Amino acid sequence: MAESLVTIATLTREKIDYLLEMAQEFEKHPNRKLLDGRVVATLFFEPSTRTRLSFETAASRLGARVIGFTDPKVTSSTKGETLKDTIMMVGNYADIIVMRHYLEGAARYAAEVSPVPVVNAGDGANQHPTQTMLDLYSIKKTQGTLENLNIYMVGDLKYGRTVHSLLQAMRHYNPTFHFIAPRELAMPEEYKLYCDARGIKYVEHEDFNEDVISGADILYMTRVQRERFTDLMEYERVKDVYILRESMLGKAKENMRILHPLPRVNEIAYDVDASPHAYYFEQARNGLYAREAILCNALGITLEEVRADQTIIL
Amino acid sequence: MKREELMVAAIKNGTVIDHIPCGKLFEVVSLLRLAEVQTGSIMIGCNLASSKMGSKSIIKIADKFFSDAELNQLSVVAPNVTLCIIRDYEVVEKRRVSLPQALKGIVRCGNPKCITNNEPMDTHFHVVDVDKGVISCHYCNKEQSLDSVKLV
Ligand SMILES: [Zn+2]
Repeated sequence: MAESLVTIATLTREKIDYLLEMAQEFEKHPNRKLLDGRVVATLFFEPSTRTRLSFETAASRLGARVIGFTDPKVTSSTKGETLKDTIMMVGNYADIIVMRHYLEGAARYAAEVSPVPVVNAGDGANQHPTQTMLDLYSIKKTQGTLENLNIYMVGDLKYGRTVHSLLQAMRHYNPTFHFIAPRELAMPEEYKLYCDARGIKYVEHEDFNEDVISGADILYMTRVQRERFTDLMEYERVKDVYILRESMLGKAKENMRILHPLPRVNEIAYDVDASPHAYYFEQARNGLYAREAILCNALGITLEEVRADQTIIL
Repeated sequence: MKREELMVAAIKNGTVIDHIPCGKLFEVVSLLRLAEVQTGSIMIGCNLASSKMGSKSIIKIADKFFSDAELNQLSVVAPNVTLCIIRDYEVVEKRRVSLPQALKGIVRCGNPKCITNNEPMDTHFHVVDVDKGVISCHYCNKEQSLDSVKLV
């Protein structure tokens, strides 16, 4: 059955596990003809080169053709066409729509009106479920499990939608969270209440140093952006505090891995790249497998069909 | 019947909405689309003395009965109104309104970056906490308080 993917927050544990298993099949054999003859539309109302390339690579490696636009200036939305009309039009041409939009809730609405499944590639500050799937995949792959992990989130926890989605998706797996952020960018109250309501443990820190992170299984770094601060004095005070350096990894657990949604600016020093704990580039690669699974699932292709697939290109 | 209520003529059959805060009267009128009601007379009493509320407004709509869904919309602007169904000058049913599980096309989302504020479409909210009056947007997921929302 074809189905849209709008948010990770409402996916069951069974569904998440199922998609992760499917992604694992694509890691074994990423090149196939499973989507031969299908057309994938990528509608990017807001530019995001990385996400678009990842989706288009996933579609291409499965044999699909890709149509779409990346620059909203060339589409008719600047001429006043509604989102609904654009979706209805593209829905006539393509078998599936991958959409990035600057407005929050755009993906939910597109999925409601679209004649074909819609995959949300980010809608404003709201949701970015395929990023969360690749984060989960990376965590499971590096830790061997998603259960009972110590997840440390660092940086901008107020506006960072990737950390919010990850927090919601991890609710099924009994995590312990550590929130490390400057006061102005602390984890919002609503997500702490979300944890409280589900008995999820969390600890808050303002300090970021070797000792604070020594218990981490996953260190999830995000960028602290200047424009997020109302108080620029505060920004100047904290801008260099939430930078991860190689010298801070001395007490890290052996299994600890550093994730980052990319692009990074300076929040991870370059000397960390050579550390065995660094995982952010492999993490981006996992996005390919996660998105191959998400495209197939949205088009109604099952895990059994992927396992029995005879179209693998070796 | 109390004297204040008698100041607005009795109706034979229809619906009476009592204990409307005076500041919310026109929102009630617009929510129930009373301007479009053609079935019978509509009487509106404003700034009437009320022992419970100090002052109140009352609306009597002759020969018109609303669905529960229509009446429950009132909970968004005036959760404490009293509804009376009148048949042959008698009150045959008296009840309060209750917040429905979903609000469709009634209130505006407070998030300017929400798709509902940028596309010709109905809004849609889920009720998160009935007692505190917290609703969340079906589209952008922003939680908001009923006290601060505006009607569409
Ligand atoms: Zn909204």
